[in-house]
Amino acid sequence: MTSIETAAPRPTEAPPLLSLRNVTKAYGSLKALDAVSMDVPAGEWLSIVGPSGSGKTTLMNIVGCLDRPTSGEVLLAGHSIAGLGGRALSDIRRTTVGLIFQKFHLIAHLNAVENVMVAQYYHSMPDEAEARAALDRVGLADRATHLPSQLSGGEQQRVCIARALINYPRLVLADEPTGNLDAANEHIVLELFRRLHEEGTTLIVVTHDPEVAREGGREIALDHGHVVREVHHG
Amino acid sequence: MFWRMVRAALTRQRTSRVMIALTMTLGACVATAMLGVMFDVGDKVNAELKAYGANIVVQPKGAAVLTDLYDDAAALASTASLRESDLANIPTIFWAHNIVDFAPFLEHRVTLLTDDAGPSPPQATIVGTWFAHELMGAAGQHTTAGLISMRSWWQVDGGWIADQDEGLALVGANLADAAGIAIGDTLTVDGGQGRSRDLRVAGIIHSSGPESDQLVAPLSTVQALAGRAGEVGRVEVAALTTPDNDLARRAARNPESLSVSEMETWYCTAYASSIAYQLDEVLTDAVAKPVRQVTESEGSILAKTQLLMLLVTALSLAASALAIANLMTASVMERAPEIGLLKAVGARDGSVVGLILAEMGVTGLAGGALGYGLGLGFAQVIGHAVFGESIAVRPIVAASVVVLVGVVIVAGAIPSIRMLARLRPADVLHGR
Repeated sequence: MTSIETAAPRPTEAPPLLSLRNVTKAYGSLKALDAVSMDVPAGEWLSIVGPSGSGKTTLMNIVGCLDRPTSGEVLLAGHSIAGLGGRALSDIRRTTVGLIFQKFHLIAHLNAVENVMVAQYYHSMPDEAEARAALDRVGLADRATHLPSQLSGGEQQRVCIARALINYPRLVLADEPTGNLDAANEHIVLELFRRLHEEGTTLIVVTHDPEVAREGGREIALDHGHVVREVHHG
Repeated sequence: MFWRMVRAALTRQRTSRVMIALTMTLGACVATAMLGVMFDVGDKVNAELKAYGANIVVQPKGAAVLTDLYDDAAALASTASLRESDLANIPTIFWAHNIVDFAPFLEHRVTLLTDDAGPSPPQATIVGTWFAHELMGAAGQHTTAGLISMRSWWQVDGGWIADQDEGLALVGANLADAAGIAIGDTLTVDGGQGRSRDLRVAGIIHSSGPESDQLVAPLSTVQALAGRAGEVGRVEVAALTTPDNDLARRAARNPESLSVSEMETWYCTAYASSIAYQLDEVLTDAVAKPVRQVTESEGSILAKTQLLMLLVTALSLAASALAIANLMTASVMERAPEIGLLKAVGARDGSVVGLILAEMGVTGLAGGALGYGLGLGFAQVIGHAVFGESIAVRPIVAASVVVLVGVVIVAGAIPSIRMLARLRPADVLHGR
């Protein structure tokens, strides 16, 4: 494994799937992100690391169309999203982004397959067979009718991954996906990510865990809202 | 998927749903009972008030003119009369079913010739009337009319007499005290012009009205004493009436001023004035007039009773809406991560609001249906406890409760919907 430290975005030939230019997010006088710029080409696995309060989650919210920057430009799949309203952001989020959360955020009264179908329902049409196939891909075919309370943490995270992938998003954003998992389940989840990456899915993974960060092809470190380090892993 | 999500939320999150449903049940129960009683209370209150006397008085035309010009005393002194035989027509009018009771009256001044009367025997008014007279209605039904039910509040020591007891009389308590009359005594009553009868006292009347100073006897007895066979001085009628409105007041002043359609509406509504008009039609040379104080009091009591019930209904529904608003807001706060997740996977505000409203609607309607059923029972309990009768089940109550439940659900959901629309997924999914 090799690491290259560089301060500037690495030039790429194809237009990037995601491009940030001088993106700033301020809460009053506090700048959670301060003039952050980066490009993420399609098919890349990018890890974002940094201490608590460094701006990782803020960056994920803006890239995931859950929040708007105070200033700067964000281009996602060719759309400038910085100035879009709630409804337009919702449309882009639905069609382009898959979200994976540290706390899974499964709906407690829906079983595993229904939790996957929720994403289908708000995207287009629910298809239970397809949702069951998605659960099968993450190794949960036999747990499809179990409620989240009947699943282990690792299983819940795999349902969350199946839900994020069911609409074939061009970009998957994972916020501390292994933060609540034991080593065995962390291994399963990372194996799923590897497979996704091999299939060409663009992955941005926020993590505290250096081991998880090294799984990505590139690693960006944030601190106090600034990009302080960029490392390419071979 | 939408209804699958709603069903899952309802079946797997029972506790909070049960609380909302119970709140709606309580509101709908009170609303159903109050509205049921309110729509029925008109007839019930009317029937209760009819126990306290007549609300229409029929007089001969001549006496009515004297009443208008002078006073009731002048009318009493008049010898104008109605025909007793015409009274059989009363149960044939359009609103015959609303005639609860009626009784004819014929008054005559008599001298009481008792054993210890002395040189100046006392004089008194004797009132002839029906006590419980059997009549045949237009549809062949039997009707009983008379004083026993018209003056149900009289206390009679001894007992009431029957219409055929021509040798019996009742004596007012004041008159009995003044003249030393006791139950079982026989009075010789002189009606003048050589017409006298021996009457045995069957009972003493205790009442605060003028009858305390009078004798009361069967109508035929007084007709014989007065030499006015087949005549009646006035008729009192107790009828179930609809409170007056502008149309009724205009018609009471002059029925000729109404248009054809207004006349039809007025005639076919049980206003005291329209019933009086119909009595005029079947009684020869008679003028029937509502006793304005009685009809207006009835209308006022009815309006106040209905207003009270409307207020109770409105307050109970407002309380339900407030309770539901609190429960819904708490539920939305509790479910904020779930709602944030739905928005994060692409649900628009309208979709999420629709989902929450559907859950709420099903819960509220279930509670409302249960409340409606309980309310019907509650209305019967009120009906039997207050009026001693059942309360009719009216479709308008069901329709009103459905509309009110819908309004309460929407009103109760408004604060939570506003909160839901403001909820940003980034805030709740990352706990900021």
